[in-house]
Amino acid sequence: MTIEIPKEKYSGAVREVTLGATADEGGTRAHTLTVGGESTLPYLHFEGTIPNRPALALEIRDRKPDDWSPLLLQAWGEAMDDPGEWAKAAEAAGADLIYMVLSLTSADGEPNTPENARAAVRKVLEATSLPLAVVGPGQADLDNELIVPVAEEANGERLLLGICEEKNYRTIVAAALAHNHLVQSKTPMDVNLSKQLVILIHDMGMPLERIVMDPTTGALGYGIEYGYSVMERLRLAALGGDKMTQQPMLVNPGEEAWRVKEAKVGEGVPENWGDWERRALDWEAVTAIALVHSGANMLILRHPETLRRVRTVLDDLLGSQS
Amino acid sequence: MALTGLEIYKLLPQTNCKDCGFPTCLAFAMKLAAKQAALKDCPHVSEEAKTKLESASAPPITLVELKGDDGAVQVGNETVLFRHEKTFYHRPGLFWRLRDTEDIEELKRVVAEADAYQVDYVGINLYLDGFAVEAASSDPAKFNAAISAVRSVSKKPLILIVPTGDLAKAGIEAAAGSRPLIHAANGENWEEMAEVAKEAGVPLAVQAEDLEGLAELTQKLKETGVEELVLDPGVTSYLDSLERLTSIRRLALKQTFRPLGFPVITFPGANSEVDETLLAAEHIAKYGGLIVLEEFNPASLYALLVLRQNIYTDPQKPIQVQPGIYEINSPDENAPLLATTNFSITYFSIANEVEGSGWPGWLLVTDAEGMSVLTAWAAGKFDAERIAKDAKTFDVEGKVSHRKLIIPGHVAVLSGELEEEMPGWEIMVGPREAVDINSYLKAMWSN
Repeated sequence: MTIEIPKEKYSGAVREVTLGATADEGGTRAHTLTVGGESTLPYLHFEGTIPNRPALALEIRDRKPDDWSPLLLQAWGEAMDDPGEWAKAAEAAGADLIYMVLSLTSADGEPNTPENARAAVRKVLEATSLPLAVVGPGQADLDNELIVPVAEEANGERLLLGICEEKNYRTIVAAALAHNHLVQSKTPMDVNLSKQLVILIHDMGMPLERIVMDPTTGALGYGIEYGYSVMERLRLAALGGDKMTQQPMLVNPGEEAWRVKEAKVGEGVPENWGDWERRALDWEAVTAIALVHSGANMLILRHPETLRRVRTVLDDLLGSQS
Repeated sequence: MALTGLEIYKLLPQTNCKDCGFPTCLAFAMKLAAKQAALKDCPHVSEEAKTKLESASAPPITLVELKGDDGAVQVGNETVLFRHEKTFYHRPGLFWRLRDTEDIEELKRVVAEADAYQVDYVGINLYLDGFAVEAASSDPAKFNAAISAVRSVSKKPLILIVPTGDLAKAGIEAAAGSRPLIHAANGENWEEMAEVAKEAGVPLAVQAEDLEGLAELTQKLKETGVEELVLDPGVTSYLDSLERLTSIRRLALKQTFRPLGFPVITFPGANSEVDETLLAAEHIAKYGGLIVLEEFNPASLYALLVLRQNIYTDPQKPIQVQPGIYEINSPDENAPLLATTNFSITYFSIANEVEGSGWPGWLLVTDAEGMSVLTAWAAGKFDAERIAKDAKTFDVEGKVSHRKLIIPGHVAVLSGELEEEMPGWEIMVGPREAVDINSYLKAMWSN
């Protein structure tokens, strides 16, 4: 008996997006990073091509965060005191990309400043030759105030800048356009909203080859099933030929997982939650793996051990292409 | 694959006798296709047509049931490739693998511990489904003793991992009164295995190196009369697993390929090179049925049980949180009291924000039938009357000494009515989004 595996014929593919610019291309990065391009569902090599690996990024901050889990502080140690050192440590840990989140405030509680943002980005660009993403703290006014000078400081580096949301995307898109960068388009777990914001950003003149979409995902146990299904639906739409859903997908299992009690807290939790460190690491890694299978092209992680574990899984899933 | 109304019509007597209660045979056929009528309503249908219709209506993936002395696990009978198309119905069973070469007392101790394991997830009790006992000693007496030891401390369903019919028989005897799965029939032993499974009336797993081998075996076994089968495609890593399990699911659903229309059993820890937790997570997301773990680790098991709960949630019926009053950051009687609905995502975003802000607080989670604030308000499930009723039911007056209730900004319109429903209370209108709770409390809470 011979069995034919039922294969799907898709008319569309995920769009390829390239981050970072080398000296030849007007930047200073050692190499560029391309994501997307696949013409099948995640890792089904038998019915399509998967030209690029998903990128694994490690998140760093412009200063040591006040509210991160002690387990993360332990993992990064003194490197967290300086964004340049932190970026180097992340590169050494195997990251494909550095994802820097600018803090809301300085250590003494004052709002973050454009000067500080510029200086931090400069430091990181000098410390590592990896492609870089820089996003604001998530408050519209401050985001704009910080990202515009960052775009200028890193002119031509093809950074990924964010976060563009429905209520606040114009300023960041304009800055990215003016200085040859890319943007992260983030919408709250909804297929149509994802598509709509890509259209709005594209309408401002941003080429689709410079937009990465972040569909938002919950952490394991905290709504991951919504993000998971939205991603599967977006990917099926992309393969079905719906042009405005064909952007590579960025997800942030690091931030999502390390925010929840299961990862954050070691004391005063039920005994059956088991060993804290193992639980925290599994929470981040299992969240990431579920999203790998729903179509993630870029995963932002926080713990170097999670990056190592997810990398091992991806090496196998990519088979001979790794 | 389900037959269309016209295909069914061709099998009916086509006399339009109306005995079924419908005006014509075609109308009845359409109702049958829509599963709104039963074939038995037609007294004139031929035996041949009956057989054809029944086999066509059999589910594309057979439902398999394992039973312990208490509790059962059902796997199979899935109907879609993606959860958003409808839902995944039968959560994969998570089992822990044990060997009969283990010291009996030690075996009892670890099984008792794993049997007692349970975690609460938004009011749902999650636990390990059962144990897989392997006849690693190849000694029927030892195998028998190990199964008896497991059953003396746990009533959960069992999987018997046996290489031969004799050992299967020994296992079945020791498991008498329950309904274990026998693992596994292969190209050599399938006849003896089929005999044992058939006589005991228990499901049987089938093992082969490739899908062709599996399909050939299931057909042979079906001919012997063993109907409840489970496929073991022998996966050892992430990619071979994804390809084989996807192929099996697609063949069953898209081509109604009966020889592979069964649930799957996997052993994510069988290959020591592989990260068992992450491969098990893949199996939960992508088409696993019974998942047998090599290691029992509470932390990893908790993550896997929660993932299973999430992936197998019906997208049309979101996870609800038990209504009640929830404590965050050990609040005292002066801490702020916030009302919200019992939609899990709503609850999580608010609980997370309050927790992250460091404010001690009381969260009054009302029974809004699992809807978010605005949806529940529009549907009349989150109105002044309900909030007041739940405030009483959960005794908020006994928890806080102040009389201030913060309601979501989106339902500011309820405040007047709520002040009437809750005399003596000041109703404060909170922020619209959870992310603004911290700054709201800083500005507005003076206790």
